[in-house]
Amino acid sequence: MIIKTNKLNLWYGAFQALIDVDLAIERNRITALIGPSGCGKSTLLRVFNRMNDLIEGVRMSGSVNFEGKEILDHEIDLITLRKRIGMVFQRPNPFPLSVFENVVYGLRVHGEKNKQVLAEAAEKSLSAVLLFDELKDKLSMNALGLSLEQQQRLCIARLLSVTPEVLLMDEPCSALDPFATMKIEELMIELKKQYTIVIVTHNMQQAARISDDCGYLLLGELVEFADTKKIFTTPADKRTEDYITGRFG
Amino acid sequence: MKRAFEFLIERAIFLSGIASIIFVVLIFFFLLKEGLALFQTESLTGFLFGKNWYPISDPPRFGILPLFLGSLLVTLGAIVIAVPLGLASAIYVAEVAPPKLRDILKSGIELLAAFPSIVLGFIGIVTLAPFLKSVFHLSSGLTALAGSIMLAFMAMPTIVSIIEDAIVSVPKNYREGSLALGATHWQTIYRVVLPAASSGILAAVMLGIGRVIGETMAVLMITGNAAVLPTSILQPVRTLTATIAAEMGEAVSGSEHYYALFAIGIVLFIISFVINLLADLFLHRKAAR
Repeated sequence: MIIKTNKLNLWYGAFQALIDVDLAIERNRITALIGPSGCGKSTLLRVFNRMNDLIEGVRMSGSVNFEGKEILDHEIDLITLRKRIGMVFQRPNPFPLSVFENVVYGLRVHGEKNKQVLAEAAEKSLSAVLLFDELKDKLSMNALGLSLEQQQRLCIARLLSVTPEVLLMDEPCSALDPFATMKIEELMIELKKQYTIVIVTHNMQQAARISDDCGYLLLGELVEFADTKKIFTTPADKRTEDYITGRFG
Repeated sequence: MKRAFEFLIERAIFLSGIASIIFVVLIFFFLLKEGLALFQTESLTGFLFGKNWYPISDPPRFGILPLFLGSLLVTLGAIVIAVPLGLASAIYVAEVAPPKLRDILKSGIELLAAFPSIVLGFIGIVTLAPFLKSVFHLSSGLTALAGSIMLAFMAMPTIVSIIEDAIVSVPKNYREGSLALGATHWQTIYRVVLPAASSGILAAVMLGIGRVIGETMAVLMITGNAAVLPTSILQPVRTLTATIAAEMGEAVSGSEHYYALFAIGIVLFIISFVINLLADLFLHRKAAR
């Protein structure tokens, strides 16, 4: 187990967005968080790299343990945390820089200056997301000129270059067409050999296709968390059953 | 009856609408007519590159090179001061300042734009000029540098508010992407936010230049008004605008001197036009993205 939450509560001002969430994320597996809009699944994901800190008026209680470290600790080094736990966003968000500068961005901000190292890392990361052959002659083009699928792959490559351990993915395919979605899903299954992946998705079929573990959230509560097969065949909770059979949500 | 009323209203609105264009065209032709008359007696190169501006000597000399270089020197100096300061100020207002302070700062910057330039010029004469005089041990503090500093103050509100707008309109997901990779706030600003806002920043610089080069009263008061080729920023200079303002009253209508001042007007018009065009191109490029 790589991340474990214990009685995690989160408030946006007076609104409680997460209620007593207990969850354990296993290494080298894909964990999917599903649930209707506003159930808190993205909020939960953003606890793991403390991106919620950017929102004013956020309070948290309980604990989130990441390899023996307390993520909620105010003293924690956010730079190291975010280097180890990377994030892919809903809309591909490459920077308005060249493809190469996008990939090596993380390394640059962490102080890497050696051109050789940067070039090797760029090739390795782009190869890992199967973009290198496509883009090896276009490394200096502006990343905003790529297709959406390529942009999302590039964002994943950008993460891989800083060698994280966990990849958080916040609805990574929602801006993509079905074919591009399939390709990104194949990539995720490939990536889980080396990384731990947590994905938020509103697409239940996607969760069923790619995840190993699955958690169902409703109104800030983690209703059920289990093996994906079990969630989708014999859910223990009536509310989960209602959601996955399409009676609700 | 009602038809006729509608017709009248529509015509009236139409006329008001095209009035601004008509006025621009009229002004433009008037400027051309009066300015180009100079070149019946004076050569274009003698006017643009002549080193002496002696409009009332005999024979008169109408070389605007010293005036042009005076404008250039004062403008460059103002931009060198105003752009780094304005950029830093805009970054602080947009990215760092707490919301309450941000509102106060923004209204403060707008208030700076509300000062009539003659007031700033006056304050410059009584405070800045003596200060520069004693710091650099000059015989007079009324120099190009004094003009640059005053003009930098006048260009700041334009520069800060346009750069601030450009920074605020950088999409949030760029910032999130950068922070999520473990970049610090400052790294995010200079590696992602500023490049993303670069066209807005260039437009701000252009409009700042436009503001500075067209300014008259303050530079007339504070640059020392010596129409000589400038060799140092610590020397009195005279700008194109100040020349027109200072000499229009004494130039006899229809004289060569009078035409020369209009020709300077054409030069200023062309400079402003090009600068505004460039600023527009930069702003447009941003909108197209």
